[in-house]
Amino acid sequence: MVDVTPADAVPPAEVAEMELYHPHSWWTKYVFSQDAKVIAVQYSATATAIGLVALMLSWLMRLQLGFPGTFDFITPEAYYQFITMHGMIMVIYLLTALFLGGFGNYLIPLMVGARDMVFPYVNMLSYWVYLLAVLVLVSSFFAPGGPTGAGWTLYPPQAITSGTPGGQDWGIILMLSSLILFIIGFTMGGLNYVVTVLQGRTRGMTLMRLPLTVWGIFTATVMALLAFPALFVACVMMLLDRLLGTSFFMPAIVEMGEQLQHNGGSPILFQHLFWFFGHPEVYIVALPAFGIVSDLISTHARKNIFGYRMMVWAIIAIGALSFVVWAHHMYVSGMNPYFGFFFATTTLIIAVPTAIKVYNWVLTLWRGDIHLTIPMLFALAFIVTFVNGGLTGLFLGNVVVDVPLSDTMFVVAHFHMVMGVAPILVIFGAIYHWYPKVTGRMLNETLGRFHFWVTFLGAYLIFFPMHYLGLMGVPRRYAELTDMNIMTESAHHLNSFISIMAFIVGFAQMVFLFNLIWSIRHGREAGGNPWRATTLEWQTPETPPAHGNFGKDLPIVYRWAYDYSVPGAKEDFIPQNVPGTFGPSREPA
Amino acid sequence: MAETTLTHTSQLDRPPGWRGIAADWASDQRAFKNVSWGKAMMWIFLLSDTFIFGCFLLSYMTARISTRVPWPNPSEVFALRIGGSEIPLILIAIMTFVLISSSGTMAMAVNFGYRRDRRKTAILMLLTAALGATFVGMQAFEWTKLITEGVRPWGNPWGAAQFGSCFFMITGFHGTHVTIGVIFLIIVARKVWRGDFDVGRPGFFTSRRGRYENVEIMGLYWHFVDLVWVFIFAFFYLW
Repeated sequence: MVDVTPADAVPPAEVAEMELYHPHSWWTKYVFSQDAKVIAVQYSATATAIGLVALMLSWLMRLQLGFPGTFDFITPEAYYQFITMHGMIMVIYLLTALFLGGFGNYLIPLMVGARDMVFPYVNMLSYWVYLLAVLVLVSSFFAPGGPTGAGWTLYPPQAITSGTPGGQDWGIILMLSSLILFIIGFTMGGLNYVVTVLQGRTRGMTLMRLPLTVWGIFTATVMALLAFPALFVACVMMLLDRLLGTSFFMPAIVEMGEQLQHNGGSPILFQHLFWFFGHPEVYIVALPAFGIVSDLISTHARKNIFGYRMMVWAIIAIGALSFVVWAHHMYVSGMNPYFGFFFATTTLIIAVPTAIKVYNWVLTLWRGDIHLTIPMLFALAFIVTFVNGGLTGLFLGNVVVDVPLSDTMFVVAHFHMVMGVAPILVIFGAIYHWYPKVTGRMLNETLGRFHFWVTFLGAYLIFFPMHYLGLMGVPRRYAELTDMNIMTESAHHLNSFISIMAFIVGFAQMVFLFNLIWSIRHGREAGGNPWRATTLEWQTPETPPAHGNFGKDLPIVYRWAYDYSVPGAKEDFIPQNVPGTFGPSREPA
Repeated sequence: MAETTLTHTSQLDRPPGWRGIAADWASDQRAFKNVSWGKAMMWIFLLSDTFIFGCFLLSYMTARISTRVPWPNPSEVFALRIGGSEIPLILIAIMTFVLISSSGTMAMAVNFGYRRDRRKTAILMLLTAALGATFVGMQAFEWTKLITEGVRPWGNPWGAAQFGSCFFMITGFHGTHVTIGVIFLIIVARKVWRGDFDVGRPGFFTSRRGRYENVEIMGLYWHFVDLVWVFIFAFFYLW
């Protein structure tokens, strides 16, 4: 099916002359840069900075849960604010921005063999609108009444009533405005990523030769462009409810003995809109992780990815299915119970393509030449964690199991495992893998191994016990658990233990940050292709790649991204831009 | 922009049916062979925007079918008293006619753009912009009329409060789209008039060379805004 015969491929001149805006000054080179690589670093740095805020908020929450009554400054209101901002920042402003804005910007043009994104100016705007969204979000910490404490799902009616922190102050307004800005900014970037993958590839780069990283980011971006509109609409409508007194989501309601002005709105409508965005969002975060981890495993096990074609179709199937499972977050919302039947079925079906991916990762490792480098360690940790979180997902996907477990710590443990820890492990692996390309130097190995083991084992020690707390019936989102008779003494001890582990894991992240900064100057020189990888970003003439990525001529692609350990080849890897045949390639025809 | 049309001799070798379509999309360099970057980007943006309007309309329908108080009758609310008799939906009919006509002038502008007829292209684009502005003006008139009659986002004299909320939100969001369209029509018309697309003058912000295809991409957006109006017309006024 592949229609490129490398021997008579024409020179890629037509793409080479793409007009780029060349920077003229320090400002246009490092600040208002239109180079996707600089924008990627800007996105990553901003996401990491705001992610640190969310990390500290989680410490504050754990202080309260682990040692209740010890810290007076953590009032119940403050606790709700911490929980809300922690969730929203981690899911949207850290994970989404880092995977799509950070890795997407850096890797897509390099991996498909393009000079830059198709519209660099719009791409630059995307970052600045994102930064504005983050600043609006941060400003809510300093606004009267503080940030919103509505929970990260922002369910009405409580989100905009006076009992909720920020509900009748600035908190919820700034939160909704920030989300609207984020969506606008993301759309500008997302359109670029999609069009670059579809229309901006170099000669020979068919879709079925794309590295799975690009497939993951591409599919996630398409999903985001279709899912974020629902959140956008929900935010606009709630903003109108709050500011103009409309009743989209607000039923007739009595607050503090007083009848509010609202009448006839539907809170469940918000939940439908929110989860029509919210469930695809899980996969918007997971699919780039799936893609990246496939490449990490293949590269560091020196073996071609098992079942490439199935991996691609599984990504597409997961992306499509994730749009018809949203109401499994709403089993206890009061919607028609028959819906539960439909959504439980679709939810369980999605386990099939996901399982295909897990099997294929394991079969890629099977008899591979596994190098236990730091990226590989993180990739292995991801598989374990993802399987763990995915299996509890099957529990929660069934209505009868979900109803008793709903709103317990079991749910917290589940989603932290599957969409918190698992994607973050991939992000760490990916940073250790691509840092040498971004900076030209390797990250420190000793610090890296310390970071890996503390993070991996620590995260398990945090979230695994939470399953048991949940099965005991310990509820989530409660600021004060002391007087509940389900909280046995051992459960309290477990909570204190979880909190201490959370501080240790948090400390390991500080070591990682130190490593990131220290290695820019003091890391070992990496060279152009330290992992001996096949994909195009490792074949650039300069490291870090210069503006325009590939020097004078764009590379021509002759093979898929997974020609590792090909029998008969001189080296155990053949880069994608090397012509010729070397024995039997496993590239799908 | 540095894009050329790729000719693919092997296009005929594709297997039949869905496999052929998949193979075609997955083939070398670009999924859609004769589609430029700008046009592809506009199409994908419109797809995303469709979801926004879709969510707005679905939310409105949910509110309308689930309300327990009567929904105001659109043909009475949107009637105008002309010459002593109430004519239902007359203003909306005129607005719709104006907007659909503007799609016609836009299509003609695209045609003359590809013929490199600067004068006619620019005039037709400005005419399109004028029709769009007329539409927004009539919408402002309609809003004023309803507001003087007591319709507010939080309530109205005739029934469900969600009537006013949905009306102002959806027509307001659509009106914003039309207004943005009018502004960009004027900007592109000015570029056509000045001959930017004949000499490939770089854009002020993007530093990319403009081409007459920009007129067509502008047209895609404009037709989309018209099409959305047809759905709003059908679901809000005719229901």
